[in-house]
Amino acid sequence: MSHAEEPLAPDDADIAPGDEEVGGHEPIEGIGSYLIGLGLATLLTIVSFFIAGTTLVWGPSIPVALVVLAIAQMGVHLAFFLHITTGPDNLNNVMALAFGVLIVFLIIVGSLWIMAHMNHNMMPMDQIMQMQR
Amino acid sequence: MTGFEATAGSGRPDRIGYVRESRDGRHPAGHAGALASKRIIVGYGFWIFLLSDIIMFSAFFATYAVLIGQTAGGPSGRELFDLRNVAIETACLLLSSFTCGIASIGAQTHRGSWFYGAMAATFILGATFIGLEISEFAGLVARGAGPTRSAFLSAFFSLVGCHGMHVSAGLLWLLTMVAQVFAKGYRPDILRRMLCFSLFWHALDIIWVALFTVVYLMGSGA
Repeated sequence: MSHAEEPLAPDDADIAPGDEEVGGHEPIEGIGSYLIGLGLATLLTIVSFFIAGTTLVWGPSIPVALVVLAIAQMGVHLAFFLHITTGPDNLNNVMALAFGVLIVFLIIVGSLWIMAHMNHNMMPMDQIMQMQR
Repeated sequence: MTGFEATAGSGRPDRIGYVRESRDGRHPAGHAGALASKRIIVGYGFWIFLLSDIIMFSAFFATYAVLIGQTAGGPSGRELFDLRNVAIETACLLLSSFTCGIASIGAQTHRGSWFYGAMAATFILGATFIGLEISEFAGLVARGAGPTRSAFLSAFFSLVGCHGMHVSAGLLWLLTMVAQVFAKGYRPDILRRMLCFSLFWHALDIIWVALFTVVYLMGSGA
């Protein structure tokens, strides 16, 4: 009857963001993911700084490459530092994150889109000055 | 009914939210949801705060992106930014994120040497970051490229300064956490605060990744 007294099956329980399921109690056991994250993030950062100053690649592709590298590095941080996973115990964390990313996307892309259109439709500044005379 | 009451009354202080039940009072509304520990609830609540903080930053990023060309005849990012300085700042913040992870492991496993050592390293790296940023700002203002020079520089100082203020607040919080662990030990409530602090610090590093890419690398390179 008192099924709730039993320890929860792993796929039933939630996990706090930032927490990681680690078996043992030795500090050394939890350090692995942070080391992987540090290595990957360092690599991506170095590539970003290299790409930004290089003439080896076609110029207009550089901003795109930088954005892709930054998103990849944010993913590395989320996975290895914040321990956000795709597992069922992280569903709530991932859903909140997805909603946050949606709003961020709407704000940034929406602002750029609207302001680009307004700039496009605006009369050149010297003509406005002319009309105000 | 009886089984549920037995659960609710069994006095598990780390379990809250167990009073949630369906209308017939027979079953808990959701098995997993009904038994979330306080650590999960606190962590999740702070996660929601961090996401809203990131949304606030996105507004600053959008402002900056819109105003990036409005230099009013003043200097543009290409003339102002020193990528060597930015690379050192980035290395500081990335390493501090790593040492903050070590500190949270140390707190959870109750290892003082890990916790205090890693927190000290995090503080030094974070303070170095802030110091470099302040000297960069002071240099810009001294060159006549302060926040009042152009819309571009206003947006630059608000965006980067807002992140810098978050890091400064994080440093104060770091000192508070060290003091709390020192005075009160590794109590569950202190460990929950430590969880929130490490989430905060990692989130600041994520924002810095977007920041150094959009502001510094795209501003000076492309």
